[in-house]
Amino acid sequence: MNPKTEAELAEMVAGLDEPVRITGGGTRGVAGPDMAIQTSGLTGISLYEPGALTLVAKAGTPIGEIEAALDAEGQQLAFEPMDHRGLLGTSGTPTIGGVVAGNISGPRRVQAGACRDFLLGVRYVDGMGQVVKNGGRVMKNVTGYDLVKLMAGSRGTLGVLTEVSLKVLPKPEVAATLSVQVSDVTTAVAALSAALKSPFEVSGAAYDPDMGSALLRLEGFAGSVSYRSDQLKSLLSGFGEVAELEHPGTLWADLRDAAGFHEQSGDVWRISVKPSEAPDIVARIPADRTLFDWGGGLIWALVPVGTDLRAQLGAFDGHANIVRAGQETLVELGRFQPEASGIAALTKGIRQKFDPRGLFNPGLLG
Amino acid sequence: MEMPTPNPDVLRRKAVVLQRLLQVLPEEAVIHEPSETRAYECDALTAYRCPPMLAVLPSTTQEVSDVLRICNEEAVPVVPRGSGTSLAGGALPTADCVILGVARMNEVLEVDYDNRFIRVQSGRTNLSVTGAVEEDDFFYAPDPSSQLACAIAGNIAMNSGGAHCLKYGVTTNNLLGVKMVLMDGSVVEIGGAHLDSGGLDLLGVICGSEGQLGVVTEATLRILRKPEGARPVLMGFDDNEVAGQCVSDIIKSGILPVAIEFMDTLCIKACENFAHAGYPDCNALLIVEVEGSEAEMDYQLSKIIEIAKRHNPVELRESQSAEESAKIWLGRKSAFGAMGQLNDYMCLDGTIPVSSLPEVLRRIGEMSEEYGLPVGNVFHAGDGNMHPLILFDANKPGDLEKCEAFGADILKLCVDVGGCLTGEHGVGIEKRDLMSHQYAPADLEAQMVIKDVFDPNWLLNPAKVFPLSASESRRIARIAAE
Repeated sequence: MNPKTEAELAEMVAGLDEPVRITGGGTRGVAGPDMAIQTSGLTGISLYEPGALTLVAKAGTPIGEIEAALDAEGQQLAFEPMDHRGLLGTSGTPTIGGVVAGNISGPRRVQAGACRDFLLGVRYVDGMGQVVKNGGRVMKNVTGYDLVKLMAGSRGTLGVLTEVSLKVLPKPEVAATLSVQVSDVTTAVAALSAALKSPFEVSGAAYDPDMGSALLRLEGFAGSVSYRSDQLKSLLSGFGEVAELEHPGTLWADLRDAAGFHEQSGDVWRISVKPSEAPDIVARIPADRTLFDWGGGLIWALVPVGTDLRAQLGAFDGHANIVRAGQETLVELGRFQPEASGIAALTKGIRQKFDPRGLFNPGLLG
Repeated sequence: MEMPTPNPDVLRRKAVVLQRLLQVLPEEAVIHEPSETRAYECDALTAYRCPPMLAVLPSTTQEVSDVLRICNEEAVPVVPRGSGTSLAGGALPTADCVILGVARMNEVLEVDYDNRFIRVQSGRTNLSVTGAVEEDDFFYAPDPSSQLACAIAGNIAMNSGGAHCLKYGVTTNNLLGVKMVLMDGSVVEIGGAHLDSGGLDLLGVICGSEGQLGVVTEATLRILRKPEGARPVLMGFDDNEVAGQCVSDIIKSGILPVAIEFMDTLCIKACENFAHAGYPDCNALLIVEVEGSEAEMDYQLSKIIEIAKRHNPVELRESQSAEESAKIWLGRKSAFGAMGQLNDYMCLDGTIPVSSLPEVLRRIGEMSEEYGLPVGNVFHAGDGNMHPLILFDANKPGDLEKCEAFGADILKLCVDVGGCLTGEHGVGIEKRDLMSHQYAPADLEAQMVIKDVFDPNWLLNPAKVFPLSASESRRIARIAAE
């Protein structure tokens, strides 16, 4: 089903008598019932005010279209959403609704915030087929409960997004990347922490063990970037040799999209932890390959097919979710980390209220 | 302002409830004498007062849990309270409620610079969170004007903002985790030092839920390294519209100042008389602040000044010293106090799309004439968060009612131009009945079902946020079930 308007979608949902899979452009590998509701027919930027840093778009609007419109005004989506196509081997066109539903954020998340932090308003159709709006298009809004944050990352389980409004930010004039040569994850995370707790505004802090480099990105005005780059070079010299990469090329887009894991066989997991615990966490798992982002707070791990990573990790503060695995593994282990019973009860209660017939992406979250 | 009739059955059982609370709390943590409960009769929305039936001041999460469990069993409404600085009546009691104050829970539990967070008990004041880390050059970013007094608990309940949100965001963007007690006494921990939720973003909906979903006892907050320096520039314009255009041009230029503050004539004069900040005599004043190293600030300010010059400012003054910067900010931060010297006032905080600024200011001016009440405007212009201050005389019969009607008209206007009723103060009781102007019944229902999940008996701060008529069936179901 591919509705062309919100009203048409609402009517479709009201008339449903079996569960459906909710997808945008179909690039993020959402599995589920055969029957799908696609939002790719709901497209178009409905409002863009560069002077107010706000953009409103229909959920099915291609990310590419939004980024082009922003680019023309020297602005961008600061949370740097990942493109899942390479990692998952999917094709199609990523949409803004998919990004919001997955709360998908890239390397800049560590400084600028996640997708949810830039989401100002939503419209969606709930499980009864009712159109609901929350938030709006202004940056500060505490009018009633913040269902905007709740919908971000709800992965289609609470409603089908029809329109989102976002805060956008100016595109930096220039960017520079520093590389610190390090030989182990403990030193890497320590170097990234030192940079992130400096006043020099790092907008990317990653560690690629294959490169043997802790990587730091600086963005802004040319004079400011070169000043901060110099400051960081001396600040970090004790951790390893520091150099500015002359041609970073697509380095940050590759980190964002976990390009090193593309076409590598095995399951891919994403683990969110307190950065300083990253070294201990990776020591517990049999990863063939790892990649660290968000100063060590995000660990990408490539593990043998079917590995129950959560069993290996044991208890820790954070969560381990599956990004890529076979259907059997997904069914057996669940894509998302099971939650503590008190939280799980609240989540279940909310889902039951928003989608009482259990129609949307059944079995996906909790 | 209408409040629900106190439940006579609850009032009748006061002695029983008191006895049960005394079993789980030290005697001095339970306040029951009418002469003492009066201290909790209002928050910073002082026009409305009502002493609670009882007030309790627990010292631990366990005590909070015991209190809530007992109140849930006894079907007694609970109104959580941080420092009582809400401008929206968020902590206003009802006669049949127990006030649960978290002020005694004010410890710092953990400071972690490597992972850039602090964990505190929720009764700690906003400014003293920064106070705990500032020796090491860190700070907690949200900075509401009441930051000296307001508690983190209240900041989370109202999703408080401040002057520097344009760059750093509001409370929800700086909150990493909470320990929270639900109305049935169960304790949940949500989020923590790691980023993002593994499932539904419950933290996102708890922040800003005005004490209606649970009582937060501990919070994990993001702390940031202080910038090397900060410097404001002061700009005066003849015309509101020109000042608004200048704000838009600055933002479009690719510079993101940490703060852009706006004041109109009435506020400029009041603040100048009060704080002697050296403000020029003009119709519209902007304070634009940038941060960074000396060279970075020079560069950003030169671009900002270049833009401002295109709009023919009557005054353009870059701060030359830390002392001058402090003076410029003192004027702005004392705006509410300065206006309070002129008369009683009501402070609104509707938010509008920045592009609607000139139109909204013009309409507010026209309405001011119609109502015969003066209004001053001071606000966070970068994010469109207005703070119209309507002056009235509380001793003059009918003036408060007139002022409230004027305020409601301004807030409706904010909604009509694409904005919202409240940007950072919260709905409380003050804007409760205007919610229907912004939200359709289905929109309100979607919010109220969240409360159904967290607090099925609607006992936590029940008469706030939603129009009484919209929440009535739920509140009555609770009373009927007793």
